[in-house]
Parts: sequence; C-alpha cells; structure tokens
Amino acid sequence: MAGQRTSNWWTVWGLVILAWAAFPLLWMTSLAFKSPDTFRTGEPSFLPKEWTWDNFESAFDNELFTAALRNSFGIAIIATVLSVIVAMFAAYAIARLEFPGKKLLLSMALAIAMFPQAALVGPLFNMWRGLGIYDTWVGLIIPYLTFALPLSIWTMSAFFRQIPWEMEQAAQVDGATAWQAFRRVIVPLAAPGVFTTAILTFFFCWNEFLFAISLTSTDRARTVPAALSFFTGQSQFQSPVTAVMAASVVVTIPIVILVLVFQRRIVAGLTAGAVKG
Amino acid sequence: MILVTAYPLGYALVLSLYRYRLTDPDGREFVGVQNYVTVLTDPVWWSAASTTATITVISVAVELVLGFAFAWVMFRILRGRSLIRTAILVPYGIVTVVSAFIWRYAFQLDSGFVNQWFGLGDFNWFGERWSSLFVITLSEIWKTTPFISLLLLAGLVQVPEELMEAAKVDGATAWQRLRKVVLPNMKAAIMVAVLFRTLDAWRIFDNPFVMTGGANETETLSFLAYRQNVTLVNLGAGSAVSVLLFATVVLIAFVFIKVFRTDLSQVRGDS
Repeated sequence: MAGQRTSNWWTVWGLVILAWAAFPLLWMTSLAFKSPDTFRTGEPSFLPKEWTWDNFESAFDNELFTAALRNSFGIAIIATVLSVIVAMFAAYAIARLEFPGKKLLLSMALAIAMFPQAALVGPLFNMWRGLGIYDTWVGLIIPYLTFALPLSIWTMSAFFRQIPWEMEQAAQVDGATAWQAFRRVIVPLAAPGVFTTAILTFFFCWNEFLFAISLTSTDRARTVPAALSFFTGQSQFQSPVTAVMAASVVVTIPIVILVLVFQRRIVAGLTAGAVKG
Repeated sequence: MILVTAYPLGYALVLSLYRYRLTDPDGREFVGVQNYVTVLTDPVWWSAASTTATITVISVAVELVLGFAFAWVMFRILRGRSLIRTAILVPYGIVTVVSAFIWRYAFQLDSGFVNQWFGLGDFNWFGERWSSLFVITLSEIWKTTPFISLLLLAGLVQVPEELMEAAKVDGATAWQRLRKVVLPNMKAAIMVAVLFRTLDAWRIFDNPFVMTGGANETETLSFLAYRQNVTLVNLGAGSAVSVLLFATVVLIAFVFIKVFRTDLSQVRGDS
C-alpha cells in the first residue's frame, strides 16, 4: 500500500527531528553524570563509563549556584506575574475598546520586543548604580518587565480578540450582574490566553543573560544563566565541565516540565502572537 | 515601558557625546561626535559587525530551510505528532547559556566527542575564527529552528487544502506545487519568521560570550556594547556603540518593511 509506505516515511522523518532535538540533551545528561576526574582521561566518550551523582552534589553544595537558583525563581516569577497583570489590562483595552493610537501602541510594543538589549546595558548600568538598585532583584525585574511586557501584550491581545465579547452582554440580559458576567463568562475564556502568556514570559525571564551579567555583581541577584558562566570547579585545578552540566540539567528540568505539561498552550502562544494574530 | 526603553536610550545618546570613563569621572568632557568617529574608524567595530552579519545571514538562511522541512514533516506526520511538537519545544525553551555550554563541550578537545566521531584528531575548533563561528552558529541554529518551524507550520496550516488538490489534479509536480501554491500562500508567515529571527540573531550575545569570550574575532555587536560599557566602563564610547547598534536594528527593520512590504499590522490581521 502506497499510503501506508508514505506514512512510514513521515514517521522516519519525525524520528529524525526527535533525535535532533534530544541528542544535545542526552549529551548534557551524559556529561553531568561523568566523574569530574575521569571525564577527560583517555579518549572522551559519549556516554560515561561509570555513572555518578557527585556533580549534582557539588552543584548544590555551591552557594553561588543555590543562591542563583533562588534568584532566578524569584525574579522570573515576580516579573512574570507583574507583566501578565499589566498586559491583561492592556490587552483587554486593545480587544474591547476602540481608541486612537491603538495600532501605534501595538506597533510600538512590537518594536520594543525587537529592541537590542545591549543598547541599554550601558545607560542602565550607570543609572542603576546612581539609583542604588544595581545588583538587586528590582534592578533586574524592571528591565525584564520592559522586555516581557510587549510580548505579553502582543500575545495576549491576540487571544483576547478571539473571545466573543457579546457573550458578556448575553449573560447580563439573562440576569447576571456585570461582575458575574465577567467572572463566569469572560474569565474562563480568557484564562488559557493569560496562562499561555505567563509561560512564555517565564521562559524569557528564565533565559535572559545579558542583563543578568551586566546588572549584577554578587550572588545577591545573579540569576542562573549568569552564575553558570562564572562557574568554576571546587578547586581551580578541576575542570568545571561536569559541574556546569549538572547545574545545566537542573535549570533545564523546569523547562522540560513546562514543555511536557503545556505543549499545546506554548505552540498556540508562539503562533498566536506572530502569525495568526 | 516606553519610558524604560526610551529614557535610557536618550541617556545613551547624551552620554555618547561625552568622553566619560567611570574610572576617571572627572575627565568627563563634551566631545561631540568624537566617540562615533572613534568607534567607526576602529577595526573592532567592523570586525564585530561582520561577525554579527555572518552569524545572522547563515543562521537565518539555514533555519529557514530546515525550519520549513520540519514544519512540513510536522504537517504531514500521522503518528506521534504531538510527541514531535513537544520535543521540538525543548530547544526553544532551553536556556541559551546552557545550549552554548552543551555545544562548546561537545566540540572542546578534552571533553567532546565530535573530533572522535569524525576522526578529526586534535583539531581545535575554538582555535580560529571560522571554526569558532561555525560552532556558535550551529548552537544558534539548534536552539532557534523550532521557533521558525512552528511559525511556518502555522502558516502551512492556513494554505487552503483545495488549492493543493486542484494543482495536483492539474498535473503540477510536487516542486511546482510547492513554488506556485504553497509558498505564495505562506508569504506572510515566512516574512514574520524571517524578520523576527533576523532581528533576534542580530542581537546574539550569549553564545559567543560562553563559547569563545570573543576571542579570534568572534565578538558580536552586542558583545562589543557590553564590553565597552560594563567591562571597560567606558561609557562614552560604549554609548556610541549602543546607539549605533540600535540604529542598525532600525535600519534592518526598515529595509525589511520597505523591501518585502511586510505591513506588521497586516500580519496580525487576516493573512
């Protein structure tokens, strides 16, 4: 059967994509389990000869890493929550109301989303030192908000525009109060969009590196990506390779969990913001 | 949010007209466009610009082809469709620094398997410019192809099925169908994907920072701005770099919108 055979071919190609996505992760995991002393003796092999948890222990023993993990979670979650709340109002206004400059606002949001972060590093560095928020959570949350907001507004307004707002009036005609109509009808419809936006924003904040190394100097506010780049082994004679990979595995776990649980939502969010509108 | 971007940018504009180093605060002095002249006549700027341009052009071109192939597979595949979509999101979500480390260690002499597998002996990938750029670009491609392929998939889904069927009935070859039916109908999606990715690649910073630290002329424009401003605290010249970097981004966006007539507000709407 020709149809069956073509379908098999697509499956093969699917496996190729799967391997392409997973291969580097396997390599990361393999390195993370290699023993720090033996990973380079002799010929480097892909898989560890013996598996060890030592790298994870040394990563978690490292105050630099645990502090960074705390900072990353704290900063990313606060920035995500704030940005989603503000974006919700903005997206609501864009979807519900006609006002002059609406198109301009959306274009501006997009322009800022494409703004080169590096162009702000210098001035922010100087301003933050002047304001005394250099190397603090606030000092990172503000720029994260700035860059996450346009994306959030853009994505969320794409979702909000698909909500049939007439249903709100319909509910009111049926005797619901304005608040009830909003809570019972609109909120459940809007929730998936809000949630999707939150995940994408969290990804952005979790990933951000340039501000994280420019605007921090100690483990007070340094996030994981920045800490990783400064990671050294327990002694200066030990290569940090395996410890860095163990730490990398740890920061990748939240991403993998989010992806596994919310795959559909993330795809919807990525494409809603950009193509379908 | 406009405030947080516009104000520092304005501030950068002002700073860029001064000679100003944090290590020498009293030496602050108005020098006009002197910083711009310094930056633009310095080979470092042009090296960074050419590095950035190389990475951008190659990665976007490869990603477009690869991303389209992936999108096509995801579009046609019957078994395990959601598994593939999940898998492809992992590179997208992964921290860029982590991805940079993964590829760096894979190519590094003492830890990596690449030289073993391909029988390259002790070829040092990070020893010279082009091989370093190759690894940097590879990591960039691995991480961001999913983004492009998902956008293209969204565009592919919107190509009317009847059109493809009709073309098939009319005897068009697969290649003709692709060129005459599929691609024109996906134009908007392709434009958005390319525009987003170009501007994104132009800002590349994490990969070269982690992989080479800018050695062997692999420093990108973002890296240069970071180094001038933060490492050297040379805020005058650094700000000039920042302003120029911003200008190049505006220029790219402008060229895209003019040449390809991508109306961004249209893109959102019905296309």
